[in-house]
Amino acid sequence: MENTGRKKVITEDDVRYVARLSRLRLDEKDVTMFRGQLSAILEYIEQLNEVDTEGVPPTSHVLSSMKNVFREDEPGVSLSPEEALSNAPEKKDGFFKVPRIIKEA
Amino acid sequence: MSNKYETVIGLEVHVQLATKTKVFCGCSTAFGARPNTQVCPVCLGLPGVLPVLNRKAFKYVIKVALALGCDIQKTVKFDRKNYYYPDLPKNYQISQHDMPLAYDGKVTIVAEDGNTTDIRVTRAHLEEDAGKLLHDPGLPFSYVDLNRTGTPLLEIVSEPDIRTPEEAHRYLVTLKQIIKYLEVSDCNMEEGSLRCDANISLREKGAPGFGSKVEIKNLNSFKAVRDALAFEEERQAGLLDDGEKIVQETRLWDEKKNVTVSMRVKEEAQDYRYFPEPDLVPFEVRADLVEEMRASMPEMPRERALRFSRQYKLGEKDVEVLISEKDIADFFEQVAGCFDKPRVVCNWIKGEIMRHMNERGTDIRGLNLKPGDLAKLIKMVDDEFISGISGKDVLEACIETGKDPAAIVRKKGLEQVSDEGALEGIVEKVIAENERSVTDYKSGKTAALSFLVGQVMKATKGKANPKLAGEMLRRKLG
Repeated sequence: MENTGRKKVITEDDVRYVARLSRLRLDEKDVTMFRGQLSAILEYIEQLNEVDTEGVPPTSHVLSSMKNVFREDEPGVSLSPEEALSNAPEKKDGFFKVPRIIKEA
Repeated sequence: MSNKYETVIGLEVHVQLATKTKVFCGCSTAFGARPNTQVCPVCLGLPGVLPVLNRKAFKYVIKVALALGCDIQKTVKFDRKNYYYPDLPKNYQISQHDMPLAYDGKVTIVAEDGNTTDIRVTRAHLEEDAGKLLHDPGLPFSYVDLNRTGTPLLEIVSEPDIRTPEEAHRYLVTLKQIIKYLEVSDCNMEEGSLRCDANISLREKGAPGFGSKVEIKNLNSFKAVRDALAFEEERQAGLLDDGEKIVQETRLWDEKKNVTVSMRVKEEAQDYRYFPEPDLVPFEVRADLVEEMRASMPEMPRERALRFSRQYKLGEKDVEVLISEKDIADFFEQVAGCFDKPRVVCNWIKGEIMRHMNERGTDIRGLNLKPGDLAKLIKMVDDEFISGISGKDVLEACIETGKDPAAIVRKKGLEQVSDEGALEGIVEKVIAENERSVTDYKSGKTAALSFLVGQVMKATKGKANPKLAGEMLRRKLG
């Protein structure tokens, strides 16, 4: 991402990088389109920089009055293995089956 | 390794917290269930669900933080660590990034010579565990079991303060001991409730900064950690001696071949795109909660060691054995509370009790031995009501059957014969039948006496009081 003065500009490489992190396959037309759209979004958000945040602590959550929501360590209800696997494209012996994710030793 | 270099080691330890349920949902954390039977929409990462933090997991981290002397964050937030891997169906792990629950602590390790070293703890934070993957040996598939997904995991990161593989081993032993004392994890490496990654680099002695570091994974025991680090130390020193550079990489420990091997993956900077977890509201660590946790802490190993040597007048080595595990130390104190000869109790625990634990591959609880029963048994031996040999048999029977030792002694008729009248005939007979030993003894070979005592023991099936038998023999032969 290039920082030209105040405005941040999204490059086409940024779009490809974000797409790869998101496991999205984009063609060149998409890259051009998203570069424009993402840049416009960032520019819009940039307006927030006009607000003076001196001395304001970072907000990690918008519900600032709500705190300490816990559950007790009591067992709840789990799904049956049939239900758990019902959306799986492939399964075997109670496992989700996926393409092999490490190379053979 | 040549002493040109200094080794710099840091350890990252993951400990599964012993809660009944997962960190953000009510699924069981029990080990060994059938695949995908302990899952729900929350830990499966189905749309529209919300995590809710397990209070006990939160409290457990605070306990560990106190035991490690950490500072504790006043306000706690969680962060999303984004990555794509089938062991985590949400495609992000709820973890803690820039504000770990606990930070700046230490683990004090004691070397063989009694010297202590502080290994600083950078941070300890709470996160969720990922699922388990099995890889098909023949086909291009992997199989995913998400039972473990969402198990509360405490990550403890040390500063690079460790200088030798041996120190790394001691750090792990000590950290495990502390966590087990707190009873917040069973730290069972075979079941994966304690896992460790190590990183190691070398630098020329006195050099500022650090050399390129290598991360080692697949360390399945403390011994593996020590061996892998020792191997890596030599490997890196050899490369540096040859003027080569150390490649910053991840290597796997091969336990069979005793070598580390490069994972040979393209090392690109990971981009986890951390951001605050919006599904969890912030948590405040209130002073009263910290006090509650402090009050619930047991006496920790180092304090207990000091008290044991003071109170029971035991040597350092004995104390270390007794306090090595909280359960053993508790058991010792319960037995010593019923029978007031701590050294005798200590010898029984160090000897027979630990032998039974090893033989049965169990811990002290697994023996199902009541401390009161062991005290009764030791007293019977100490009072010479039964012989030491019978004592061992009775202990065995006690462990096997769970019956009262006095009842076992009665049933087996093991009461030691300490009545001269009853032994008289047997002693006479042994003297008559063992002329040679009698002659040997009379000619000054005192060792012959123990043979004769042995014969009396044999004739009485171990029931004779050996001390008395010896006295009687000496008198008659004197």
